[in-house]
Amino acid sequence: MTAVTVRLRVAAAVRLSPSLRTFTFEAADGGLVPPSGPGAHLRLFLHLGGRLHRNAYSLVASPDDRSHFSIIVRRVAASKGGSAFLHEQVREGDVIAAGLPANLFPVVRTAHRHLMVSGGIGLTPFLSYIAAFEAAGTPWELHHFCRVDERAVFEALLAGHPAARVHVHSGGAIGVLAEALGRQPLGTHFYTCGPAPLMDAAMELAVALGWPKARLHAESFGGAAEGGAPFVAVLRRSGLEIAVGPETSLLDAIEAAGVEAPCLCRGGACGQCLIEVAEGVPEHRDHFLDDEDRASNRFIMTCVSRSTTPRIVLDL
Amino acid sequence: MSIQFKPEETFRDDFTYSNSDAAVLRFPFPFPEDAYMYSVNIEPHVPGGACPAYDNPFDVDEHYVAECRERAKVLEQDPSRCKVLPHMLAAEWDTLELLMESLATSYPGAFTLARAGTDWTWENRPLGIADRFTFGDAATLPLPPFEYITRQAQGDFTLQDQREDNLFIDGGMVTTQADWSLDFDVGMTFHQWHGPVPLAHQKGVFDRALKYLLRLQYGHPVRRLNWTMTINPRLDTSPENYPHWGPDRTTVTAENVGRKVHLRVELQSLFRLPRSNAILFGIRCYLCSIEDLARVDVWGKRLHRVLRDIHPDIADYKGLTRYRELAVEYLARFDDGAPLPAGTAPRQSTLPPKR
Repeated sequence: MTAVTVRLRVAAAVRLSPSLRTFTFEAADGGLVPPSGPGAHLRLFLHLGGRLHRNAYSLVASPDDRSHFSIIVRRVAASKGGSAFLHEQVREGDVIAAGLPANLFPVVRTAHRHLMVSGGIGLTPFLSYIAAFEAAGTPWELHHFCRVDERAVFEALLAGHPAARVHVHSGGAIGVLAEALGRQPLGTHFYTCGPAPLMDAAMELAVALGWPKARLHAESFGGAAEGGAPFVAVLRRSGLEIAVGPETSLLDAIEAAGVEAPCLCRGGACGQCLIEVAEGVPEHRDHFLDDEDRASNRFIMTCVSRSTTPRIVLDL
Repeated sequence: MSIQFKPEETFRDDFTYSNSDAAVLRFPFPFPEDAYMYSVNIEPHVPGGACPAYDNPFDVDEHYVAECRERAKVLEQDPSRCKVLPHMLAAEWDTLELLMESLATSYPGAFTLARAGTDWTWENRPLGIADRFTFGDAATLPLPPFEYITRQAQGDFTLQDQREDNLFIDGGMVTTQADWSLDFDVGMTFHQWHGPVPLAHQKGVFDRALKYLLRLQYGHPVRRLNWTMTINPRLDTSPENYPHWGPDRTTVTAENVGRKVHLRVELQSLFRLPRSNAILFGIRCYLCSIEDLARVDVWGKRLHRVLRDIHPDIADYKGLTRYRELAVEYLARFDDGAPLPAGTAPRQSTLPPKR
């Protein structure tokens, strides 16, 4: 899939705490930023030390007027990558490339009520949720867990909302959630975002209290289906050896080498890009091959699948 | 490019609809091979490719004004053709934004969108519409946002909400449909509304298509072609109006088959909507008489072969059974049996006169 890139100018960069910095971006060409919805994230393309980092950050507001994007970045301890760069190097006026907003954590529009549980920087998607719920008039309740020293920062981000809806917990265990999870009316959806142990514990508690799975939602940037370990694809008919990088799909790499390969949907569904495998073991990521075909390792769908072996020989 | 609209043509009663030669040559002919079978024939909806109808996100052609007028007539008689469930309001605004931006960018001579923050001004010159409104405030538009903008577009549209790893058809504007009912389907899941389709379920087509669509990304729309046949250039072949058009199938004769039988092609497009995370499904209908199609040498031959050899279950499902033989007989005269190149391009830039 060809990535659509937008260029963003840093309109404001404000430090909220020693480890939290908020950025406001405007379109570098002076136009509008792309539209986005609650729960969407933005991937910033950062060139650091000769490598492209694609760091995903939740958009903390999705304004109707499309004048800007906002994100909050936590500086990861001992970061050699994006968060340290964003905290220490990026200045107002700088231009950064990004992908279009994508949404892997959307709100459920049929919900009658929304219950959110966040930890630390995991609050960010819920800032855009709350704006949408307020605009639509849907009832909501938030429980936020954070360190004592950051409590004031998060309370400031949530200022203006009634105490009946916002509950900030610092230093405590998540046991306090049992009461909130236990008293929600039917039709409530539950969302959690934050450190994995918090999300897992909150989900387990909800399941133990009898919440149906379809009402439980945990944040994940996904992205596992894109990229992976590099490998070499050998095209048997031409003898070409093609290096498939960690950020490139097999199909893209074949095309970049000037070889015409069959394809259509580029998403692992249509079956057009099926190629026979002569040697090597594919890592199947498609929706086309059935279990038997997968187990045989005789075929690969080049648009999404990769190789588990350093070398894979294709009948192409 | 300035489009010469044909505002007075009709899709009912006297059926004055017709295609110019240019419109025939840009018809999205759906058969790249001599045989037809269901498949997940989805591809990225990007400009270029086999047909100029793909050049813009939403294709506008010479029938634009007449089709919008036909839609208004259908809605006047049956308002249930436009239905959007209440939780889809964000998707309504998404649709309005996408259509206005796309049309204004693709056809600046016909449409203009001016924006200052949420203060928007929309001008649709072919339909004589000019409105100023506040984006996000439905009270400032004369109609709900989805109905407002889809009354100004060719083709049907449905809105799919995504939840529980499924798609639900939770809204739509459906007045140019090939025998399915929005009023009946609204609220259904992906497999439920595709329930009547033969053969494809067993081939796993819908399982794969659903998985693919659940991962559809904003900014990366996809498209596919679907087809059926319609007697007379009638857009509204709805179950609700079956008594009006069903009997048309009995009126086909060896003498009128070329003019009466139309290939009906749907250019179906799917867009992830960024604010609501819903999917907009566009079903843009193109009609062309088989007489006109046969003026394109490779299309006449190929259509003959596809109709001649089609699986009987598909012929039944598409409602072709009663007149298929007459159409095959008519088309046989254009087909010398020579091998045809794969693909759908017309391979000629002008048309011979009608026979």
